[in-house]
Amino acid sequence: MKLIVDKLSVLRDSRAILADLSFTVEPGSSLLLVGPNGAGKTTLLRTLAGLLPASAGRLWLEGGRSEQSLGELCHYVGHLNAIKSTLTVEENARFWQRYLGGAGPVDAALARFGLAGLKDIPAAYLSAGQKRRLALARLLLARRPLWLLDEPAAALDHDAQAALTAVVTAGLAAGGLVVAATHQPLGWPNERTLRLQPATRAP
Amino acid sequence: MSAFSELVRRDIWIAWKEGGTLGVALGFYLVVVVLLPLALGPDLNLIARIAPAVLWVAFLLSALLSLGRLFEADFEDGSLDVLATGTLPLEAVVAGKALAHWLTTALPLIALAPLLGLLLNLRPDAYGVLVATMLAGTPAVSFLGAIGAALTVRTRRGGLLIGLLLLPLFVPTLIFGIEAIGAALSDADSFAASFLLLLAVSLAAMVLAPPAAAGALRFQLQ
Repeated sequence: MKLIVDKLSVLRDSRAILADLSFTVEPGSSLLLVGPNGAGKTTLLRTLAGLLPASAGRLWLEGGRSEQSLGELCHYVGHLNAIKSTLTVEENARFWQRYLGGAGPVDAALARFGLAGLKDIPAAYLSAGQKRRLALARLLLARRPLWLLDEPAAALDHDAQAALTAVVTAGLAAGGLVVAATHQPLGWPNERTLRLQPATRAP
Repeated sequence: MSAFSELVRRDIWIAWKEGGTLGVALGFYLVVVVLLPLALGPDLNLIARIAPAVLWVAFLLSALLSLGRLFEADFEDGSLDVLATGTLPLEAVVAGKALAHWLTTALPLIALAPLLGLLLNLRPDAYGVLVATMLAGTPAVSFLGAIGAALTVRTRRGGLLIGLLLLPLFVPTLIFGIEAIGAALSDADSFAASFLLLLAVSLAAMVLAPPAAAGALRFQLQ
């Protein structure tokens, strides 16, 4: 599958955040979105996930089944971790796996991010980095071709960053696509960089 | 379908584990119903006559307390974004959460209502019809409530706003609910008409509220 974005413009509060943006992401490759705060990195990711409407332009996955929306084909890991603090780590993971239509053992996904020993404790007791790892474990809980990651390495320690790189590398090797907003180099294979600048002009 | 039942199961499990929201709703229901006879004085006939109305109005106010949080928690922790990228359409997400609200808040309140009827000197033959009208009418409360909850999900302290938005929508349910009890107690023929209208309002709310609330949520997620 191949992600194609053609002359995309996004307005928020009638201000142009993204204007005339075109790019493609080939299968097995990753695209890093860089740029200063307020450049529209999160806006672009949310638009790709189908959470924000595009005001002009088109975006689609070539080779995807046409009845599936981009939202159904992507994993969106935003700033917020989508974790219920009253549920245990395992309950959180199991819910998202079943909700997102995944199958297979939850333990393996948790173990990849070093959470295997924590699966029975309530998520409220996790540290910021551990919560981030639990959010990233969603990538392994259900198979989806397009991964949209917003600051994926925020709060992650050295080991967890290495685990993330390994997971992304495996995902890319399986033909997946990764789009990530980041402020730090991530060292992923086949990565390209897209630099976004804050749009200043009025619509 | 499994994603839908999984969502309902999760919401019930969270409500069970947290417990606080239901406790507040039940406690509020109890306090309102207990205070009213104290304020009205020892006129047993008057209290018995207004008992169905008191139980219904107090139910609506108690349900309002928890409706404000219907989407707020999922919005604040980012779950709503991920729920929106699932295979389930947002309309079904709304329906699932409203159903879970009905199961975890309305059902316990309905179970408490006959007990509170005792305090209000409710006629013995009214208990069955009270519970029946509440079971038939309260799905409308949870589903219409989802519209208000979706509209106010980004509003800080949206509790008062949600009351202003929703209480007018609850008027048909309130009128037909109390009317049905009154008709059953006076053996009037109008019971069937009121009860069927009560059911109709609930069914219409279950169909029409999810698209409306999903539209509001899509707008709020931007």
